[in-house]
Amino acid sequence: MDRIVLIGLNHKTAPVEIREKFAVVCVDTSGPLMNLTQMRALRESFYLSTCNRMEVLFTTPRLDEGISAVVGLLADIYGQTGSALKPYLYTYIDQDAVKHLYRVACSLDSMVVGESQILGQIKDAYRQATEAKTSGVILNRLLHKSFSVAKQVRTETRIGSSAVSISYAAVELAKKIFQELQGRTALLIGAGEMAELAAEHLLSNGVERIVVANRTLERALALAKRFNGTTVGWDELAEELRRVDIIVSSTGSPEPILSAEQVKQRMRARRNRPLFFIDIAVPRDIDPEVNRIDNVYLYNIDDLQGIVEMNQAERLKEAARAEHIIAAEALKFDGWLRTLEVVPTIVSLREKAEQVREAEVRKTLSRLESFSEEEVEAIEVLTQSMVKKLLHDPILFLKRTSNRERKDYYLDVARKLFHLDLDRSETEEEEDQLSLDSDKMS
Amino acid sequence: MNESVLLFSVITTLLYAVGTVGFLIYVIRTEKVIHRIAYGFLLAGFVSHTLGLAMLVSQLRQMPVTTLPQTFSLFAWAIVGSYLAFQLKFNIRILGTFVSPLAVVFMLLSSAIPGRVIPNSQLFKSFWLTLHVATMFIGMAIFALAFCAGIMYLLQERQIKSKSFGLLYRRLPSLEVLDSLNYVCLTFGFPLITIGLISGFVYAGAVWQSFWHWDPKEILSVVTWLIYAVLLHERLAVGWRGRRAAIMAIIGFSVILVTFVGTSVILEVHHSFKLG
Repeated sequence: MDRIVLIGLNHKTAPVEIREKFAVVCVDTSGPLMNLTQMRALRESFYLSTCNRMEVLFTTPRLDEGISAVVGLLADIYGQTGSALKPYLYTYIDQDAVKHLYRVACSLDSMVVGESQILGQIKDAYRQATEAKTSGVILNRLLHKSFSVAKQVRTETRIGSSAVSISYAAVELAKKIFQELQGRTALLIGAGEMAELAAEHLLSNGVERIVVANRTLERALALAKRFNGTTVGWDELAEELRRVDIIVSSTGSPEPILSAEQVKQRMRARRNRPLFFIDIAVPRDIDPEVNRIDNVYLYNIDDLQGIVEMNQAERLKEAARAEHIIAAEALKFDGWLRTLEVVPTIVSLREKAEQVREAEVRKTLSRLESFSEEEVEAIEVLTQSMVKKLLHDPILFLKRTSNRERKDYYLDVARKLFHLDLDRSETEEEEDQLSLDSDKMS
Repeated sequence: MNESVLLFSVITTLLYAVGTVGFLIYVIRTEKVIHRIAYGFLLAGFVSHTLGLAMLVSQLRQMPVTTLPQTFSLFAWAIVGSYLAFQLKFNIRILGTFVSPLAVVFMLLSSAIPGRVIPNSQLFKSFWLTLHVATMFIGMAIFALAFCAGIMYLLQERQIKSKSFGLLYRRLPSLEVLDSLNYVCLTFGFPLITIGLISGFVYAGAVWQSFWHWDPKEILSVVTWLIYAVLLHERLAVGWRGRRAAIMAIIGFSVILVTFVGTSVILEVHHSFKLG
């Protein structure tokens, strides 16, 4: 029976100097895939590379040969000997490999636990593997399962539901105040990496317009150009409060630049539409008293940091629930893998035929009660021999399959043909395929 | 016939109660399925309630407001009905958690208070009275929703202002949605109670030959109307919103409760559903 192996490295096992080498070399992911297909010890393969990880998943009939071949290939990419690379690599086999893939897909293994990008990256990588035809019966099923496990974890736990960066936390709060950010205007006071990041997040979440204010006009113009916005003079800052909804402030000013009184005066002109201040400057730019005004909300850097920490703690708790789901699903996959052998397939084929036969005989006899014992006996014998004759050729075919090169392929077809995997409906597979296609389009 | 009306009322109360429990569980375990089940029970309760009321109406041949228990039951029906309608439009899942207990309370009040059956009275057979009762009850039910929205707003606003987030932070919708629910309730409820008051006065004028009796219920009704009139005016004129609007909606409904429940139970007035 083929073994499933996963060899890889991630942000926990390898420093960035190593990871970036792979990231650079592997931008063209089809390259390594091509190399993998040329390896004779490998049967199916799948290759994933992101900035934080690199994973090679494959099946092989000869475990040691397969592993050393893949490590050799990775060493070539890295431009080193296999032994120099070894300390950074992890190798998982069979159940452990399945579990690891599920954990990666569910983003439990990510730097930011619960982030959602990784699933898309796996889907992309899988698409490339299917296009290069490197994946087969086992990996197809395994990857599809990893998508559905990730979906299950996402819906049944709250692992991806909370913001774990300051700018995400700010956007999330803004949505709790404004519901949607479409049509809102944000005022960016001062510059700085964090403020610009926040502005970017606001824009990508629907904020329509960015207004920039800066003590130096050049800087203001540059920022406004970057965000496709407009500028406002430093002296008109308070007046601008009539027109904006969200204020991101991060100047280096030693004293507050907006007082509660200045804000309060503008609320009537705003007809009390809410104002949301995000003050990420230290020392603070906005008078803390501003938070006391009706319909005005003020968050400083510590407030946002507090939310981020709270959310991170929540995610870790949810991760424990996700691990449980993954362990259960990995066991199920193992169960399926065991049926992908000649003898279990023949057994379940016979069982299914016998069940059908018994049910049909029972149905017929219950309607016709006039039969004698001998007649009943004759019907039993007749149906039994029919089933036996019908199954004779398929079973002979399956037995010969043992010696074929692509045994798992024939077994898989046979199982599908007779619908022997009850948990696996055709529609389920179609859905998986559809979700893959829809991703491709978007 | 009377027994089947009673049976319907018991079934309705039970369905509402199960729905309420479902909505409370939903606060702790935010799963769509739980919400759907709770909503289903409330809907089933509403259907059974409607059947029970229809039976009562066909029996009485007039609006089912001849006794205090009947009016409470009708009010619970109006609350659940407006909730179901608003839920279709707003789809605020947590709203049921706040509204359904109100329905249960009024159903329980309805069964706890002994109601004297009044001999069929000509007093209740008037177009103006029918209009008065229909608009008043639906208007008050919509204000009950505004009251719930107000409480939800204050809870959510306090969490955002104080930066301490509890269980409800994720469950409650955004301030914007809660405030617009408040506004929509006001724009529907206010015209209804205005029509309700006018038709009430017309009816009183026709029956008692005088529009105004200085009856506490009348005074409080006008006070209620004034509260909502001020809220609507300030919203439109100077853009009152958020916290103030929420508080006004809560005060307004509290006055309604005093008017509706308090005066009916405590005071002996001609409006107290003990008509003599």
